Amino acid sequence: MSVDLSQFHQVFFEESYEGLDVMESALLNIDCSNIDSEAINEIFRAAHSIKGGSGTFGFNEIAEFTHVVETLLDLIRSDQFVMEPDHVDLFLKSVDCIRTMINELEAGGETDTTLADELRAQFNTLLDGGGVSESTESVEGSSESSEAAQGWSIYFKPDADVLRTGNDPVRMFRELSELGEIDVDCVTESMPDLGSIDPESCYLAWNIILKGNVEKTQVDEVFEWVIDESDIRIEELGASHSEQDNQSETVETETVAETAEVLSPIAAEPVATKPSTEPAASAKAPAAAKKESKPESVSIRVGTDKIDSLINMVGELVITQSMLNELGKDFSVDMMPKLMEGLEQLSLHTRELQESVMRIRMLPISFAFSRFPRLVHDIGKSLDKKVELILLGEQTELDKTVMERIGDPLVHLVRNSLDHGLESPEARVAAGKDETGKITLNAFHQGGNIVIQIIDDGAGLNEEKILSKAIENGLVSPHDHLEPEQIHDLIFQPGFSTAAEVTDLSGRGVGMDVVRRNIQDLNGSVEVESKPGEGSMFSIRLPLTLAILDGQLIRVGQQVYIFPLVSIVESIESQDQMIHRVSGGCDVLRLRNEYVPIIRLWDIFNVQADHEKVDDGLLVIVEGDNIKVAVLVDDLLAQQQVVIKSLQENYRSVPGVSGATILGDGTVSLILDISGLIKLAGVGRDSYKKITESDDNEAA
Amino acid sequence: MATILAVDDSASMRQMVSFTLKGAGFDVIEAADGQQALDKAKETVVDLVLSDVNMPVMDGIELVKNLRTLPDYKFTPILMLTTESAGDKKMQGKSAGATGWLVKPFNPEQLLATIKKVMG
Repeated sequence: MSVDLSQFHQVFFEESYEGLDVMESALLNIDCSNIDSEAINEIFRAAHSIKGGSGTFGFNEIAEFTHVVETLLDLIRSDQFVMEPDHVDLFLKSVDCIRTMINELEAGGETDTTLADELRAQFNTLLDGGGVSESTESVEGSSESSEAAQGWSIYFKPDADVLRTGNDPVRMFRELSELGEIDVDCVTESMPDLGSIDPESCYLAWNIILKGNVEKTQVDEVFEWVIDESDIRIEELGASHSEQDNQSETVETETVAETAEVLSPIAAEPVATKPSTEPAASAKAPAAAKKESKPESVSIRVGTDKIDSLINMVGELVITQSMLNELGKDFSVDMMPKLMEGLEQLSLHTRELQESVMRIRMLPISFAFSRFPRLVHDIGKSLDKKVELILLGEQTELDKTVMERIGDPLVHLVRNSLDHGLESPEARVAAGKDETGKITLNAFHQGGNIVIQIIDDGAGLNEEKILSKAIENGLVSPHDHLEPEQIHDLIFQPGFSTAAEVTDLSGRGVGMDVVRRNIQDLNGSVEVESKPGEGSMFSIRLPLTLAILDGQLIRVGQQVYIFPLVSIVESIESQDQMIHRVSGGCDVLRLRNEYVPIIRLWDIFNVQADHEKVDDGLLVIVEGDNIKVAVLVDDLLAQQQVVIKSLQENYRSVPGVSGATILGDGTVSLILDISGLIKLAGVGRDSYKKITESDDNEAA
Repeated sequence: MATILAVDDSASMRQMVSFTLKGAGFDVIEAADGQQALDKAKETVVDLVLSDVNMPVMDGIELVKNLRTLPDYKFTPILMLTTESAGDKKMQGKSAGATGWLVKPFNPEQLLATIKKVMG
């Protein structure tokens, strides 16, 4: 039978990319002064799998290159080679190289091995003179022993344990019988007496005469798995050998079997090993063209819980459908209510199914963040800056399309922070900071948006420089008086050139205005906050029309509202002595060291509540835009994931409400926007001051 | 029909092996590491185990050792899938009780030929 291997290629590509990611992140975490052997093992395993797979599926360029990488890794693993920072970089380059080759293969083209050959040369230098992988040279060795004979006389005495390794001598005789005519004679001389026989051991030996035009290697192959432990003598039929010859014959058998095996996979496909002899230019050109057609990841990985809920819903749908079917077979008017009920269920299930399908598109933002450790490592190195990258909120889910399109703006902002934000180690030490700069990528859901922050602890924006540049470019007039925020915002203006600061990193013709435009195309916004000497924070806010939100359902009278779970700090039952009345008719709650304004939802949304007074209700402390408020509710209901529906699209935008969702029973519930709610209630930051510094640990 | 347990941490290898064996009429159970394989082997007694060596959680050598302690797997053929550079692994596998090996990379024909060698 023949199997079309190309059907497994896509899976191989995907698992290779994953393996490369594993290698990359493990490499980035390696501390050469204290090497973690499990990390090396992990890298080795990934390389090993890629090598095995690429060899199996016929991608020999990759298999060969990965082989050298793996060989060095193996030496490091067994402490025969000392890893230095330069080697980490070489490995990282190799990861890139393999990734590029796989990319090219996936796009259906030829691989360009120029870089691979170059890197391989470096590996070979490290591996002592480069002789390691070139075992191809000794290929002739395997064909040399192709002596055919009239037949063979074989003495075979297996090890007593042979059966315990799952090897059955009978199977070997059967195999021999397929090669030619055999005559087996059993030697029972070492059989112990019946009482001391261990039924699981083998005490027998055999003399076998194999007749036919059989090559010795074929015979060797039969005994391949047991040759080391067994006493085997293979003699050409008719030729008489002295005892000495037998001895050497046995030895030779072993080595030949060994080499034949080592070499056969390489010898099998010698064609593709030739390095590209084409001129470099013509080889480069198609590679560059292929970049364009690089396939967007065609498949997505979906958590089994999502699939399970889908299957569950389809099951429900089938049940409803068969119920309706049943109803239709024998319908009369008095069955109308039943029909209506069934139809309602049908629409409910359909809606749920639709939402579940939507959820499949949601991926954790770690997909977009994953490339940054490497990026920051490389850029930091090229700029001679020490950087620590912190990733937060990696599990925050984001629509796949949004994720794909936010990648480039994010890269640009991170580059910018590294290049312009962080100071050189010397400047940092002079400023009394740790010489290692920090860049934090943070993502979280807020009010139906996803917020991605890029925070650095560098020098902050240079307002003077920005202002003078803007005046020079005619964006503002020298007489304008600008607030710091307005000055900061100038960097996003089209035509604001940072020509004076162009470096090889940032001077790529892409300005902050392009970043902002890209984000605005996604209906998002980007802002910057900066403090001189302390750093800057870029906040990208993206709407999530499809996003799933972890929500806390709360009840006020007959209405059910949803708080984003992330915004909830705590919930308390209010006690009279905690409530303080402030002139102006607003109440505040004394929560440990803080005064927290109280918002009455029934008042804001003008609904009838069970508890209109603060004294006997439940207070949910929520936080938005760094302001805490206590919201009076009647009851806390379930916590669940809800799919956000845009109110703007379906109705119109409502202050204090970020969206709506449909609950399991089919009713619509509004998702509250905490920041909006605070504005709506008119309880801004200015009205209340903290008595003392509150400790953040309270928020549990 | 005979059942084969195919163990490899690489999904593409598993798919390839499984597809080839199923095409030849075997029942196939897949496992992604040694521990999974051991659990599945206890659940269903298989006729042949085909295992990769380098795997996370529990590697192929450990798997063989563990399988050989089970009464059901005392004599079951266990083949290791090794790479040409792993000569010492072969010996380790053998002393752990493996029956034989198949050298990676292999193609479906080579796989079936090796299986035939053990299963007849």
